[in-house]
Amino acid sequence: MSAPPRSELPRAPAVEARGWGWRHAGRRAWALRGIDLQVEAGEHLLLLGPSGAGKSTLLLGLAGLLEPTGGAATEGELLVNGLPARAARARTGIVFQDPATQLVMPTAGDDVAFGLENRGVPSDAIWARVHATLDAVGFPYSASRRTDALSGGEQQRLAIAGVLALAPRLLLMDEPTANLDPDGADLVRTILADVLTRTDTTAIVVEHHVEELLPLITRVVAVEPGGGILADGPPLEVFAAHGDALVEAGVWVPGRRVPPPPSRARPPAETLVLAEQVGFTYPGSTSPALSRVDLQLRSSEAVGIVGPNGSGKSTLAWLLAGLVRPTLGDVVAGEALDPGHGHDPIWRWPARTLARRIGVVFQEPGNQFLASTVAEELALGPRRVGVPEAEARRRAGELLERLRLTHLAEANPFTLSGGEQRRLSVATALATAPAAVVLDEPTFGQDRSTWAELLALLAALRDSGRAICFATHDREFATALADRTLRLGAPRRDQAGGGAGP
Amino acid sequence: MAKLGAAGVVMLALFAAVDPLTPALVLVAVVGVVPATGLRASQILARAWPLILAAFAIGALNALLAPAPNGSPVPLGPLTVGTGNLRDGAGLGLRILGIALAGVISFASIEPLQLADALVQELHAPPRFAIGALAAVRLLPILADEWWILGLARRARGVDSGGSPIAWVRLTAGRLFALLVGGIRRATRLSLAMDARGFDAGVPRTVARPMRMERRDWLLIAGAAAVCVLATGLSLAAGSYRFILG
Repeated sequence: MSAPPRSELPRAPAVEARGWGWRHAGRRAWALRGIDLQVEAGEHLLLLGPSGAGKSTLLLGLAGLLEPTGGAATEGELLVNGLPARAARARTGIVFQDPATQLVMPTAGDDVAFGLENRGVPSDAIWARVHATLDAVGFPYSASRRTDALSGGEQQRLAIAGVLALAPRLLLMDEPTANLDPDGADLVRTILADVLTRTDTTAIVVEHHVEELLPLITRVVAVEPGGGILADGPPLEVFAAHGDALVEAGVWVPGRRVPPPPSRARPPAETLVLAEQVGFTYPGSTSPALSRVDLQLRSSEAVGIVGPNGSGKSTLAWLLAGLVRPTLGDVVAGEALDPGHGHDPIWRWPARTLARRIGVVFQEPGNQFLASTVAEELALGPRRVGVPEAEARRRAGELLERLRLTHLAEANPFTLSGGEQRRLSVATALATAPAAVVLDEPTFGQDRSTWAELLALLAALRDSGRAICFATHDREFATALADRTLRLGAPRRDQAGGGAGP
Repeated sequence: MAKLGAAGVVMLALFAAVDPLTPALVLVAVVGVVPATGLRASQILARAWPLILAAFAIGALNALLAPAPNGSPVPLGPLTVGTGNLRDGAGLGLRILGIALAGVISFASIEPLQLADALVQELHAPPRFAIGALAAVRLLPILADEWWILGLARRARGVDSGGSPIAWVRLTAGRLFALLVGGIRRATRLSLAMDARGFDAGVPRTVARPMRMERRDWLLIAGAAAVCVLATGLSLAAGSYRFILG
C-alpha cells in the first residue's frame, strides 16, 4: 500500500473505523467489536446506544486515549483524519461528563491556557487565544475568575473552551450535560449548538436527551452492546425506521415518552416522618445549606424535592432519612413509623433501627456498597437489623429476581454496569423492608430501560403503602411519580421553598 | 519563589544557632512581617498550632529531662533543673518555633499555582509532577465531601460502631478504602482529561505565566539575610551566641 500524496491528506474522512474493537484489561467480553464507520469532515454525528454499549469506549478510542497495554486488546483499524487515532491527537478534542475532573487550574484563564502550554504555543501568543476562546463561548466573567466559584454549567462551559482553544478538527462530547442541573444543561446545549453552527468542525456527540440538539445533527448512529452498528442515517429516518428497536434496547428516542404508571387503589396515608422548620449548616460554612423547611413523608405517597444545584436537595433528603442531625428545627418519626413512641428525633436512632424503618438510595450507587458479592450485599442489611439467616437469604433471592440481578449474584458490585449498580442500590435499600424510602437523584445517568423500571418499581411500592421521597433534577421523572413536589430555592438566599405540607 | 528563599535563609540561620537570644530576635522579625503578607493571625494559627505546641513541648521536655544538669540549680516543683538546661530548652523551642513559622507563613502566602510555576520554571521540577499535584489539590474538597457521604451511607445501611472501638476501627478502615477507590477513579478521569489536552504530548511545554526574579524578590531575600545577620551579631555582642557545632 502506497502512502497517499500529502495534498490529499485533508480530504481523508474525519473518522474511519474498519472492524474496530476494544476489550478492556481484565475483561472477557469485548466492550465494542466490529465497528465499521466512516464520518466525513463537517458531519455532526449523534451516537446512541443503551448503557454499556461502549459509546464512551469508542469516543476514548477516537480521542487516542486508549492504550493497548496491561491485557487490553484491540482489533481492526481506527483512523482520524487519515492517521491512526493516537497519532492524530493534537487535533482531536474531547469533553467529558464531569466538569470537576476536567478543570486543572484554579482560575478560568489559566485553565484555558493549560492546553495551549501543553501544545507548545509561544508564551506571548497564549493569552490572545485564551481571551478569544472565552469570548467565543460567552464566558460571562473575567479570565481571573476562580474555577471553584463557578456553577456546574459554567464549569462545563469553561471545559469546552479549554478544548476549543486547541482548534480541534474533530470534537468529541461524552454526555456533556449529564452531570448538570436543568439550567446548567440548557447553558451547555446553547454553547454546543452555537459551536456546531459556527464552525465546520466534525463533531461526535453522545447525549441521552437530544431534542434540543436534533436540528443540528446531520446523522445518527446507534451501537449495540458488544456488537456493531444497529442503525445509521439521518435522524428522522433512523428514528422512524428503528424507533421501536432503539426503545427496546433502552435508548432514549425523542418523542417516545415512558407511559405513566397505572393508578391503583392505595391504603390510607399516615404520617411517617415529620420535618419541622428544619435547617442545616455545614461545619465551617457561614451560610445555611438549607433553612426552615416543613415537610411530611406519608405512607402511600410520593414526594419529589426539586430545585437547582446547591439548593439543598440532597441535604434535605439526608435529614429526612435520619442520617444527619439538623442544626435547626428537627426531624421526628410519626406514630405509624415508630409505634408506641412517635415524635422521637430520627437522627438519634441507632443505625440498625434506622435501616429497618427507612431505606436510602444515594446518587452514587458505589457509595453504599459494602460487600464483595451482589448476594452478600443484599443479605447484609437484613442481617444487621436482626432478620434470621434463612429469611435474609430468601429476601435477597426475591429482590435479585425482581430487579433482574439473579445472574449477577456472585459478581462484585463494583464491576456492574451503571444501570445494574443503580438497581442493586435500590435493592439494598428495600432489603430491610422499610416503610419509607428516600432516594437522591435515582435516575441520574440512567438509560431508558432502567428509568422506566425505576418508575414502575417506585410507583408500585408507593401503591402498596410505602412513603417515597426523592430529590431530583429530572423534571419528567418528578412529573411521572410525585404526588407532591417541594421546590427549593436558589442557593445563598436565606429562604427555602414554600411549605408543601398536606 | 523569593518567599521560599527568604524562609530558607531564616531557617538556615536558626538551624545554626543553638542559643535562645538569636532565635528570639529572628522570631520578633518574622512576626513583624506578618501584616505585610496579607495573612490574618488566625489563618497562621490555624495551620501552625500543632507546630507551636510541638515547639513548646520539645523545648520543655529537653529542659526538664536533660541527662546531666548544668548551671546553677533551679527548683521547679518536684524537679530541679539547671539554668543551662533551661537555656538549651528555650533555645531549642524558639528555633523550632521560628523555623515552623517561617515555613508556614511563606507557604500560606503562596498560591498553589505560583508554587507550581516556580517549581517548574525556577527549580526545573518536572511539570508532570508539579502540575499534576496542582490538579490533584483541586480534588481535595471533593474527597472531603465523599468522606462525609460514605459515613452517611454506612449509617443508612444499618452499619455503625455502636460505641465499640474495634468496630469503629473496622468501619473507618472500610470507609478509607472506599474513599481511596473513589479518589483513584477521579484522579484517573482527571489525568485522562489532562492528557486529552496534550499534557502527555511530549512537545516541549511553554509557559503562560513566565516568572522572573524581580528586584523586590531579591530585596526580600536580602532583608531576611540582614535580619539573621543582625540577630546573630547582637547575640554575639551580648556574648550568648553559640554555633550548632561549637
